Amino acid sequence: MEVPDQLLPAATFENLALPLFDQLYNFAHWLTQDRAEAEDLVQETYAKALRGFATFQPGTNFRAWIFRILRNSFLTTRAGLKSTVGFDEELHTEAATTHDASAEDILVEQSNREIVQQVLEELPVPFREILLLYEVEQMSYQETAETLGVPIGTVMSRLSRARKALRAELVKRFKEGRHGM
Amino acid sequence: MACDSAPEQLDAYLDGELSASEAANVRDHLKACPACAADALTHLQLRRKVSEAGVRYQPAPEFRSKILSQYSARPRRRNLQWAILIVPALVVLLVILSANLFVARERTREQRALGEVADLHVAALASASPVDVVSTDQHTVKPWFEGKIPFTFNLPDVQGSDFTLRGGRVTYLAQSPGAQLIYQLRKHNLSVFIFQDRSEPFGKTALEPMEFETFHMESWSGHGLRYFVVGDVGANDIQALSKLFRDAG
Repeated sequence: MEVPDQLLPAATFENLALPLFDQLYNFAHWLTQDRAEAEDLVQETYAKALRGFATFQPGTNFRAWIFRILRNSFLTTRAGLKSTVGFDEELHTEAATTHDASAEDILVEQSNREIVQQVLEELPVPFREILLLYEVEQMSYQETAETLGVPIGTVMSRLSRARKALRAELVKRFKEGRHGM
Repeated sequence: MACDSAPEQLDAYLDGELSASEAANVRDHLKACPACAADALTHLQLRRKVSEAGVRYQPAPEFRSKILSQYSARPRRRNLQWAILIVPALVVLLVILSANLFVARERTREQRALGEVADLHVAALASASPVDVVSTDQHTVKPWFEGKIPFTFNLPDVQGSDFTLRGGRVTYLAQSPGAQLIYQLRKHNLSVFIFQDRSEPFGKTALEPMEFETFHMESWSGHGLRYFVVGDVGANDIQALSKLFRDAG
């Protein structure tokens, strides 16, 4: 009976954590913008998660828990620290408050995958990460709040600002592209 | 955002995060406010774009095997004996599963594309000017598209049927320009979309008439073009309009 008892936590960790490998890697690469750094970050996340697995409460959200470990690990790296210093949500969405709503649907409709990726890549990390967690990982407001360690109200306002910033940037690119032609 | 009073409310509504009563308030507002309705549509399109674009980076195979070998609980040696028996069965199962997965993924891409077509229909009706060329005469509408889209198509004569042509507009599906014709039937609007036929994701086949969210839809391809007929009317009406187009094509 001893052997299964010892294997049990490892087996559970494996069942919970390994299926998230691709998503964790995608998220890490989006944050670090570098393959080697993304691998280090995922490696570190798995190591920390396994060590801290005893503190994970069964029945609570494992995905939010492990994404939070990854994200917090990123924030302690040099690139991570730089990414949030001096970030001001108000400032970054100021430009987005006036725009021509009527023409936007067609612009968004036409913007291709590469342009959306470029714009996402250049968004400030707090905007980029919330869009990835919410739209790509399809987390709920609650899960996103748990992952980011902020109240739901903050998730709502930041998500709204992030979308505005993304929209404004897409519109800007589209107009620049047209002038260039 | 036209109604700055509660932009986050609208976002939360579209994200499906409002309570039933809050959602009802936003829904009422959307019905009365075209600006917010247009904004809602952009919001949904943006969500789809981001969810597609965000899946971008694949882990390297070596890195995958490294993590897998580190964190998989390894089977014990004595299990190997029956593993030899079970492996062929697993391989067969895997082949079946991956075939199913492939079909499921194709179906999802198809659903996505159909969802996009339904969105285009709603988008046109929600916009301030649903049609760019306003005419009930197919001989006016058809030439209007010349030079605006990279193909030509035939429009049926709907005189004598219950359908009335309202007009047309240029639209885009996966970055390809196409024609959207709007028809009226009783109080309902129907859209007919015509795009150049790309083999993905529909192949060359006609799709079974389907119910998509609150719409009925029919789609087929012919003469290098892909047609979609969509509207919030019964399947029979969709079929009738489809037949007119098939006969004309």
